[in-house]
Formats: sequence, C-alpha cells, structure tokens
Amino acid sequence: MTAILTNLFDGVAYGMLLFVLACGLAVTLGLMNFVNLAHGAFAMAGGYVCMVLVNRMGWPFFAALPLAFVSSAAIGIALERTLYRHLYTRSHLDQVLFTIGLTFMSVAAVDYIQGSSRVFINLPAALQGQFDVFGVGIGRYRLMIIVICGLLTIGLQMVLAKTRFGSRLRAAVDDPRAASGLGINVPQVFAFTFAFGCGLAGLGGALSAEILGLDPYFPLKFMIYFLIVVTVGGSSSITGPFLASLLLGIGDVAGKYYVPKMGPFVIYTMMIVILIWRPNGLFGRTAAR
Amino acid sequence: MTASSDVGFHAQRQARWHYGEAAFWLVVLACGFLFPTRYLIMTDILRLALFTMSLDLILGYAGIVSLGHAAFFGVGAYAAGLLALHGIINEPVLALIVAGLAAMVLGFATSFLVIRGVDLTRLMVTLGIALLLEALAERFSNITGGTDGLQGIEMQPIFGEIPFDMFGKAGFFYSLAVLFVLFLLARRVVHSPFGLSLRAIKNNPLRAAAIGIPVNRRLIAIYTLAAFYAGIAGALFTQATAIASLDVFAFERSADLMLVLVIGGTGYLYGGLIGAVVFRMLQELFSTITPQYWQFWIGLVLVVIVLVGRQRLHRWVLYVPNLIIKQVAGRKAVVAVPESEA
Repeated sequence: MTAILTNLFDGVAYGMLLFVLACGLAVTLGLMNFVNLAHGAFAMAGGYVCMVLVNRMGWPFFAALPLAFVSSAAIGIALERTLYRHLYTRSHLDQVLFTIGLTFMSVAAVDYIQGSSRVFINLPAALQGQFDVFGVGIGRYRLMIIVICGLLTIGLQMVLAKTRFGSRLRAAVDDPRAASGLGINVPQVFAFTFAFGCGLAGLGGALSAEILGLDPYFPLKFMIYFLIVVTVGGSSSITGPFLASLLLGIGDVAGKYYVPKMGPFVIYTMMIVILIWRPNGLFGRTAAR
Repeated sequence: MTASSDVGFHAQRQARWHYGEAAFWLVVLACGFLFPTRYLIMTDILRLALFTMSLDLILGYAGIVSLGHAAFFGVGAYAAGLLALHGIINEPVLALIVAGLAAMVLGFATSFLVIRGVDLTRLMVTLGIALLLEALAERFSNITGGTDGLQGIEMQPIFGEIPFDMFGKAGFFYSLAVLFVLFLLARRVVHSPFGLSLRAIKNNPLRAAAIGIPVNRRLIAIYTLAAFYAGIAGALFTQATAIASLDVFAFERSADLMLVLVIGGTGYLYGGLIGAVVFRMLQELFSTITPQYWQFWIGLVLVVIVLVGRQRLHRWVLYVPNLIIKQVAGRKAVVAVPESEA
C-alpha cells in the first residue's frame, strides 16, 4: 500500500514537472498552431544555465532557478523576433524542418560546450533525502517540485482567466484578425507568450536535472513526452495539458515500477489510441481549428 | 482543344522520358565504373535515395507529413536480417521482396491510423509508431539482439551466382538495379491516373473528394506502397552491411530523411536521388571539419533552407542550368521548379 502511495507521489511530481516543461508548448503548438519541436532545447538551456551557476559559480540553488527562467525566456524572445516570427504562416512541414534543425544545432552546441555526459546540479542539503509520513516515503526534492509547480499552475490559470493580458491572449488565439481589429497587438502578445513559455521550460529544465537527467540529448529524448502532453491534453484550456501531464507522469512511473520490461511501450500505445479515438485530445474542443 | 484533353496532353508530355533523365541514369551507372574505390559510400547513397523516394511518394505526391518513416525501414532491415540469420530465405532478392512485403503489411495496418486527423495528428502518430517499434525491438531482445543488434549475418550469393565481395562492388550494382527497377515502378505510378489523383488530393482533399476521388483509399494505397519501398531500402541496408541494430528505428533517421528530401526537392522523384548525393557529401564535408559535431551544421542547413524558402532555393539552383538549356534547346525545354508546397 505504501509503495503504491510513494509511486503515486513520485508520479505526481513527475507529472507536475512535465506540465511546467510542456505548457509553453501547449501555447505555441495548441494555441498558435506552430509545431515547435525545439521546445526541449529551451528547457535544456535553462537546465545548463542553472548547472553552471550553481556548480561553477557557487550560486545558491534557489537563486539560480529564476535566472534559468530569465535566460531561457531571453533566448526565446530573441529567436522569436528573429526567426520564428517568419514561420507562423508557413506550412507545418516547414515548421517541422526548421525546428528539427534548431534542435540538432542545440544538441551539438551543448555537446561542444559542456561535453556529452550527464550533468548533475549540486542540491542544498535541505532538499536531499526523504522523510516518512505515515510510512509513505516522501522525497524532499519531489515535494518541492510539487509545491513550486502547483503554485505556478494556479498562477497561470489566474493570469489566463482573470487578467487583462489573459483575455487578450485568449482573444488573439480565438481570432487573430478580429483581435487586432480591436486594437490588440497580436504579434506582441504572441511574442510575450512564447517567451514566457520558453522561460517556464527553462525553469522546468533546471528542476528536472535531478529527476529526468540532463544531457545534450535532452531535447530529442523528451520531445515525444512534451508532444504527448499537448496533443493528449488538447489546447482549449490549461487544465487539459495539466491533467494529461499528471496522467502521463503517474502512468510512466507506475509502468516503470510494475512492468519494467514493457519500457515506454505503454505510453506510446496509450498516446496512439487516444489520438485515434479523439484526434483533438482528451480535453480538447471538438471543432477543428 | 477542350480543357480535359489539354490536361491529358500535359500529363502525357510530362510522363514521357526526357533526354536529361536518361543522361542522369547513365551518369549514375558510369559512377559505378569510374570510382571503384568508393563502392561503400555510393551504395549508401543509393540506399538513402531509395528510402527518400519512398518518403517522396507520400510527402511529395500525397502530402502526408511523416516523422516516423524509419519504422518501415527498420522492419525491412530486421526482416531481411532475420531471414538471412536463420536461413529461412537464403536468396537475397527473394529475401528483399519478402522484407519489403513485411514492411508493406505494417504500412497497410498503420495507414488507417495515419489517414485520420490533420497534419499534427499524423506527425504524432507516425512518430509514435516508430518509437513503439523501437521499444518493441528493445523489449524482444531475444529475437532482435537488443542493443547489440543482429550479428553474424552471412549473405548468400545473389541468384546463387554473384557473391557479395568485400569491396562492395556486387552490393553497389545490386542496389543500383533494385533502385532503378523501383524507380521505374514509382515513375509509372505517379504518372498514372492514380498518381494524378494523389496530387489532386494533396492540393485539396475536399475538392478531390467532391470530384469523386476516393481520398482515403488512395491515401492508404500510396502509404502502403511507400512502406514497401522503405522496407526494401531497409533490407538493402542489412544485406549490404550485414548488421541490423536498434538505430534503424531512430528518430534521427526519419529527421535526416526529411532533410534529404527537402534538399533534393519534393514531388518529382529525382529529389530523393539528388538529395541523397548532396546530403552524403555535406555529411562527409562536415565530419572532416568537425568529426563530432557535424549534426550542428546539418541543423544549420535545415534552418537556412527553411528561412530562405524551398521554392526560391530550387529556383536559384536551377538558374544557371536553365540559362544553358534555354540557349541550346529554346525556351520550352527549361527545367521547371516542381510544386513542392506540402
């Protein structure tokens, strides 16, 4: 029983992490209809920035996290303004080719700068080890992830639902032409959202170094996971991807624990079945965009 | 002249063999005799060309974007490897066809999943299928040899007469013959009414359905055919290198394939052949400059191609040849840029 609960806890932490990593993609792919296969590269950038700050320059871990966010967001906005912007209206094939190219470049560049082996971030002592709650082993680090990601999720939902920027974004997504007719600066809204999504991915990358493992092949290895979150979760709200990440996280951890030999088999089968059953995602809207 | 006979006239004229095409194949054949020390890499190029032609059939003609075409390549590779390893079918050509058929069965089965949904779903489903197969191959390592791959494959002579030699000469001409036969078949297919209907589907599925083209059945047919081609390419890979390992399913293989096709251009069959040559040469060049990081430059090439625009790039490349052709054969003979908006 306790093993099940521990697994559930780990699964939730994993799922939360996936959500933070992938929710930027939910916006670009789901809302802006741009196939960004290079999303993992932004996450990797954040992870490596955090690693360099903590390990090489001796920054405290919690001070390095915001910087991981900021640097990924900065890279994101720079690329958005210079490159991505031109590709919003192009075919999906072009977008796929372009972002695969970016991914390859990022993999080779990080390999060149930091070497190809897996890196670890030195965690403060307070985050290491685990404690027992009624016999259920709770990892401190995973608990921290759940707290941070939970707060972020609530914050995102509030921003989207309650603020002026949130309603602008929703308007721009629903109908860009009408939105710009109402005086909303659609490209600016998109650029800001894109950068924010990249920043979140960077934060997720920094947090995930301990759990998912950080090496130059990160963008390729986890690309499929991000895509699953978005396509399964649909794009009509932030709750869809959130639930999909939790499902994926719990399913993956449980799958690895109970049927280790089946490997990632379960996940892929699940994804294909869901996509066939509901091509717009489990929680997506039914109308074709 | 009515409109319909006009269309037929153009379709027929396009389907006719040009001098350029004959010259192209003669040059390829001549390469086999001119560079006897380079058989291995040339065989590699031929194989890649065949694999790319397979993607061209679905992407360039039917407009199906696939991120997991390596799935069929891998099935063909493992099928050929297993057939040879366990001595089930020793004759390479027969084994090749059986391996192609195995991939074809998979293609037919998965085509029902692929034709559903839009671009994005297709991307995901094709990618998922390739990853699924990779996971399966890893799981059933008692059959596939796991991460070590299939080892100890010994190829029997072709038709029981021509043995594979260590310089790869037999392998090269064998691959070339297979490629040429399959090219002829593909050429026949894409210029048939069936092929024309595929183009109609690619341009506008709704309109194609409205004029009475059974869209889904056509897509299933071409997807299955493309899977057959990819399976043959995979089987050639195993037969020429005598190994089959997990990386036949790798995502990089599917991604590289797209790059090859994009370099060569989609929708006129030669794209795969030209792209394969250019891609391998680029790869060689980059690996001599930076052995470990050639992937960076490949990525850069992709980004640049997309940013410049595929159409424009092909116009630039064809500018000088067309100038010469115009002088020699008049305005009519210029090589047109194929429609490649997928």
